[in-house]
Amino acid sequence: MQEKIITAQNVEFHYDNEYEENAPVKQVLKGVSLDIEKGSFTAILGHNGSGKSTIAKHFNAILLPCGGKVYVEGIDTADEEKLFDIRQHVGMVFQNPDNQIVATIVEEDVAFALENLGVNPDEMRERVDDALKSVGMYEYREHSPHQLSGGQKQRVAIAGIIAMRPDCIVLDEPTAMLDPKGRREVLKTIRRLNRDYGITIVLITHYMDEAAQADRIVVMDGGTIIMDDVPKEVFSNVETMKKIGLDVPQVTELMYLMGEAGLPSDTHIIDENECVEALLKLLK
Amino acid sequence: MSVIKTENLTYTYSIGTPFEKTAVDNVNLEIEEGALVGIIGHTGSGKSTLIQHFNGLVKPTSGKIYVEGQDIWAKETKLRDIRFKVGLVFQYPEYQIFEETVYKDIAFGPKNMGLPDEEIDRRIKETAELVGLHKENLYKSPFELSGGQKRRVAIAGVMAMEPKVLILDEPTAGLDPKGRDKILGQIKEYHQQKKTTVLLVSHSMEDVAKFADKILVMNKAKLFCYDDTPTVFKRADELANMGLAVPQITRVFNRLKQSGIDIRTDVYTTEFARKTILEYLEKRGGERA
Amino acid sequence: MLKDITIGQYFPGNSVIHRLDPRFKIIITGVFIAMLFTADNFMGLGIGMIFLLVSFLLSQIPFKLMLKSLKPIIPIIIFTSILNLFFLDGVVLFKLGFIKVTYEGLRTSAFMIIRIVALIMGSSLLTYTTSPITLTDAIERLLSPLKKLKFPVHELAMMMTIALRFIPTLIEETDKIMSAQKARGADMESGSLLQRAKALTPILIPLFVSAFRRAEELALAMECRCYQGGDGRTRLRQLHSTGADFFALGISIVFFDIVILLNCLLG
Repeated sequence: MQEKIITAQNVEFHYDNEYEENAPVKQVLKGVSLDIEKGSFTAILGHNGSGKSTIAKHFNAILLPCGGKVYVEGIDTADEEKLFDIRQHVGMVFQNPDNQIVATIVEEDVAFALENLGVNPDEMRERVDDALKSVGMYEYREHSPHQLSGGQKQRVAIAGIIAMRPDCIVLDEPTAMLDPKGRREVLKTIRRLNRDYGITIVLITHYMDEAAQADRIVVMDGGTIIMDDVPKEVFSNVETMKKIGLDVPQVTELMYLMGEAGLPSDTHIIDENECVEALLKLLK
Repeated sequence: MSVIKTENLTYTYSIGTPFEKTAVDNVNLEIEEGALVGIIGHTGSGKSTLIQHFNGLVKPTSGKIYVEGQDIWAKETKLRDIRFKVGLVFQYPEYQIFEETVYKDIAFGPKNMGLPDEEIDRRIKETAELVGLHKENLYKSPFELSGGQKRRVAIAGVMAMEPKVLILDEPTAGLDPKGRDKILGQIKEYHQQKKTTVLLVSHSMEDVAKFADKILVMNKAKLFCYDDTPTVFKRADELANMGLAVPQITRVFNRLKQSGIDIRTDVYTTEFARKTILEYLEKRGGERA
Repeated sequence: MLKDITIGQYFPGNSVIHRLDPRFKIIITGVFIAMLFTADNFMGLGIGMIFLLVSFLLSQIPFKLMLKSLKPIIPIIIFTSILNLFFLDGVVLFKLGFIKVTYEGLRTSAFMIIRIVALIMGSSLLTYTTSPITLTDAIERLLSPLKKLKFPVHELAMMMTIALRFIPTLIEETDKIMSAQKARGADMESGSLLQRAKALTPILIPLFVSAFRRAEELALAMECRCYQGGDGRTRLRQLHSTGADFFALGISIVFFDIVILLNCLLG
């Protein structure tokens, strides 16, 4: 049984309406329960407004639940005293690459968390260099941020979190503002961190081709989890996915359409290779 | 009649410095009126710079550009008029909203054109409907709206100028699949209703495939091709070599062909893929019988 | 195009001056300014100029750039010299109608011009050879004793760093917003001053809104990296003073003493 690094129990959440006292509140999370296992790569998939970003923000105590509880490594996120402990266990990377970089030089930004924690300069040097190498940005350590591409900036942001040596990184739509090359770079980096360094990854996204690379996909809609399974199973539910406004891989959709036309098909096919194999069998 | 024409259009920046770079290299292009064009190219291929030439925001280093037959850099041409004819919606246009109400923000363009109030009012109501904005939202502050709604306000603001050519730079950037389909659907409707020329820059070949009649491909500052969609997709492997992400389904059919199946490879939507398979099976069944 | 503007223009290099500890450079610049304003004769000013010129030579900054720093203040130089030249009373040297030039006027005028020029060139030398972030760092460290007096040294330095970090980003954004509004027919070039000021609204409001959003997102990102103000913070980049720094400081103090000496001897 794998150790659980994050546990959400029946989390309910709504934003307080600042303008009107007795206005009806919009319930953003309606009882979300979820466990993230150490070393896993989980994707949380959903359209905008499904609650996926909101639950992610509970994982490092940016938001506290209105109902239910969230535990990080056994620590209750509502425990104010343990805030920094929590944030050192679970790091967070956001959507806008620019608005996470605070220093004028890359390596100084990566060191930011360590400077805040009062780490001594020698150890800092080592950890910063290691972090930059693990995301492939070591050669850019003395560059200024505005010289970098979006994908490079996001990798610097990730390095800034890695320097804290967290057990888990939560990435909230990290590729939404990037071009395809940047998206590939960031996904590659994330996969490598999970595979080679054993870092637990929680990826919030609405891109199904990204979610397809995870071990497990949690699909959210209207503040609740409606599916929680491996990619193959999740994407094979083509109709449900489409109904809630999400994409499935083109090959899966093709299988679904073929099934509708009475042709032999398997909607568990989610990647190109399997599709080519299946079609070759059918057409030869 | 071509609505936009370029002759040897070239743009180089930072000339004379070590950072000198040619962003647009000798582009010769003629875009017909009423076309629905998808513009694709890798990052840095010059597509964003190219479209900024079409409305006179960028002046070419050499070469000419004609809008409706008029040389836009000739002395007599008023650039502002060109900008009303060729409407350009930038990426993340919601970040340029500034007025107190949605109504006033959409009115900005038409007001600058000097149109009378009733005309402006008519246009605002028409474009709001085109982009799917409810009437109540017109009198709200744009900053109360969601990101997707704000974007539609910004697009409406350019549509309200009733330009001859509407150019949109990655209108689906950052949107989820539902939002993306909605906006593309509305743009397609706009094109059908108004019969104006629409150019859409996109990174997603899937979007462009579903939606454009013609595709313009930029590669390393040069114009690679400008053809109708099926013709462009026949060259899918060349596109893949340029670093463009060819739709998954196109790759599948290319591999089928490589494995000896005599099937067409200009397939880029799933519906067409199914159709192609059914046709192939029928033909094969017919031959066997 | 707006990207070409750099505040406190910095020219990277590896000269002796570039490599000096920035804290010392700031102090030495202070000593130099003190030299300029203490000297009350031309010899003293001359000594100051020698110090300045030697420093410029050592910094390997091109002469052209040295003069470029003076461009913005040419109007001030002209204005001051006219004021002093024509309106100071004293021994009249020559007359042209009712315009008179006095010896005192000439002397004061020349004195002030040399002072201003030396002041600007000296400050420019500092910014040419020290990057803005290094300067901010140095100022923070020099001012840190003030923390004891509850002076928000760290906060000011953090503000400066973030400002410096975002200047190129904001310039790029301004460019984009201007292009977007121009594309809707905004006209920022023609019209009266009032009209042109009004035309700035479509640029300033989006900029402000965006700046606030950035600030919020940045603050959140900083908190997620355990930011908690200045207490207990260590720094990645350490400043190490060397013998060369003390030597340079020593030289500047010697020059300063010479200036004082000259004051006494010639005063």
